[in-house]
Amino acid sequence: MLTSAFYFIAFVTVFFAVMVIAAKNPVHSVLYLVLTFFGISANYIFILDAPFVGIVNIIVYAGAIMVLFLFVIMLMNLNAEAEHRKSNAFLIVGAFAGGSLLLIVVDAIRKVDWKSVSGQESSGGAIGSIKVLGKVLYTDYILPFEVASVLFLVAIVGAVILARKEKLPLTVGQISHPVSES
Amino acid sequence: MVTLAQVLPAIILIVVIFALTMLVALYSTFAERKVAAFIQDRVGPNRAGPGGIFQPLADGVKFFMKEEVIPVLSNKFLFILGPSIAITASLMTGVVVPWGPDITLFGKTYPLQIVDIEIGILYVFAVVSVGIYGIMIGGWASNNKFSLMGAIRASSQVISYELSMGLAIIALIMVTGTLSLREIVEQQHGWHWNILYQPVGFILFLVCAFAEANRTPFDLPECETELVGGYHTEYSSMKLGFYLFAEYINMFISSAIMSTLYFGGYNYPGMDAVNEFVGPVIGPLIGFAVLFAKTCFFIFFFMWVRWTIPRFRYDQLMNLGWKGLIPLGILNLIATGAAVLYFK
Repeated sequence: MLTSAFYFIAFVTVFFAVMVIAAKNPVHSVLYLVLTFFGISANYIFILDAPFVGIVNIIVYAGAIMVLFLFVIMLMNLNAEAEHRKSNAFLIVGAFAGGSLLLIVVDAIRKVDWKSVSGQESSGGAIGSIKVLGKVLYTDYILPFEVASVLFLVAIVGAVILARKEKLPLTVGQISHPVSES
Repeated sequence: MVTLAQVLPAIILIVVIFALTMLVALYSTFAERKVAAFIQDRVGPNRAGPGGIFQPLADGVKFFMKEEVIPVLSNKFLFILGPSIAITASLMTGVVVPWGPDITLFGKTYPLQIVDIEIGILYVFAVVSVGIYGIMIGGWASNNKFSLMGAIRASSQVISYELSMGLAIIALIMVTGTLSLREIVEQQHGWHWNILYQPVGFILFLVCAFAEANRTPFDLPECETELVGGYHTEYSSMKLGFYLFAEYINMFISSAIMSTLYFGGYNYPGMDAVNEFVGPVIGPLIGFAVLFAKTCFFIFFFMWVRWTIPRFRYDQLMNLGWKGLIPLGILNLIATGAAVLYFK
C-alpha cells in the first residue's frame, strides 16, 4: 500500500519535473514547478510521516519563492516568441553543471547503507513530528543550523547592497569608491 | 478498514460547514451593501423580499444567467483554472477550524472540527499562500495589461504581508507552545484569551488578514480607479462570481481564525456553569454560537473599515508592510520570547 502510494507520488512528481523543462512557455514551467513541489510535499506528508517539513516546503517554496518567480516572469512578460535562441556555449556549460550534480547525487546514493535506513524507519512513526525535529535541530545540528541562518543573512545583506548601489549619486570623485560614502 | 459509520459524522460535518460557509459568504454580500448604506446614511438594497432579504439570491441568479465571455487571446485552461483555485483554496481553510467543543449525540461524542492536525496553523498558512495562485494565474491568463498589473500587485502584496503574519503567528506559538488549533482553543478556556498575552500580535495579524484577503484599504489588486477591475477585468458571469465569493469566504474564514487564535474561539466567561446547566448537547451549540457571533463581529469590522478608510497608495502599502509591520513583528517576537523566558 505505502510502496505503491510512493511510486504513484514519485511518478507524478518526476512527470511534472520533466514538464518544467519541456514546457515552452516560462509561466507554464513555473506552474509545473509548483506542482512538482506539491508532489515532493505529498511525499513528505504521506510517505515519510513528516507533515511539518511537507507543509513548510509548501509555504516556503510553492507559496513564496515560486510566487516571486512568477512575479518576475510576468513582469518581464516573457513568452515563446520573445525568447531568443540560446547559444551552444550555454548548452555545454549547462550540461557540464547538470552532469556534475548528477555525478554527486549518484555517488551519494551509492554510498547509502540501505539496511540502516530501513531499520530506522521501523523504530517509530514520530521521526518527523515537530517536537523531535525541534530538539534534534537545536541540539545535535545546532552548528549547521546557525551557519545556514548566517548564510541567509549574508544573502539578504548582499541583496540590499546590490539594490542600493544604483541609487548612490555617482560623481567623478565617487566612482572609484562608491560604497565608502554611505 | 474504515467503515461508513466512522466516516459519516465527518462527512455530515463537512457538508454542514460547506453549506454554512457558502451561506455566510452569500449573505456577506448583502451585509456589505447594508453596512455601506448604513455608514453612508442610505437605505441600501430593499426591493427583493422583506427588507431586501432575497437580494443575494437575485444576485446569484444574475451571475449564472450572464453571458460567459472568454477572451480570444487568453489561455483558456488557465483562465478557467484561476477562479477555481481561488475558491477551492478559500474553502479548504475551514477544515481545521474547531467550530465548537465536543458534542454528545445519541450517547457518542463527536468533535465539531473536521480534522485536528498537529500543525493546524501552518496548514492554514500554506493554503492561504497557495490561494494567491488563483489571482496570479487568472490575471496572467486574461492576456490584459490591467489584469496583469492586478496579478503582480496581488503577489507582491501577499508576499510582503505574509512575512509579518508569520512573525505574529510565531509569537503566538511561543505563548501557546502548540501548533494545533484545537489545543490553542482549549488553552483559552473561560476568559484566558490570547489577546491578553498578544495584543500587538493580534493587531499585526489583523492588518495582515486585511491585506491577504485583498480588502480595502489593501485592495490594490482590484483598484478600480487605476486598473479598471484589476485581476478580474476580463472575467464575467460565474467565474467573476467565484472570485468575489472567494474574497467573502476568505473574510469569513480569517474572521473565524482570528476569533480562534486570539479571542478564545468557542470559549466565553462562565462557560462551565452554563454547560453544567444546559447539558452536553446544548452547551457545545452555545459554544458554536459564541464563535459564530465573534466571527460575525469581525466580518462587520472588515466592512466597517472598508467604508471608513480610503485605499492606500502602492508605495504606502509597501512602506507599511516592510518598514512598519515587520520591525514591529520582530520587536513583538523578542519581547514575547523574553517574557516567556522570564515567567516560565
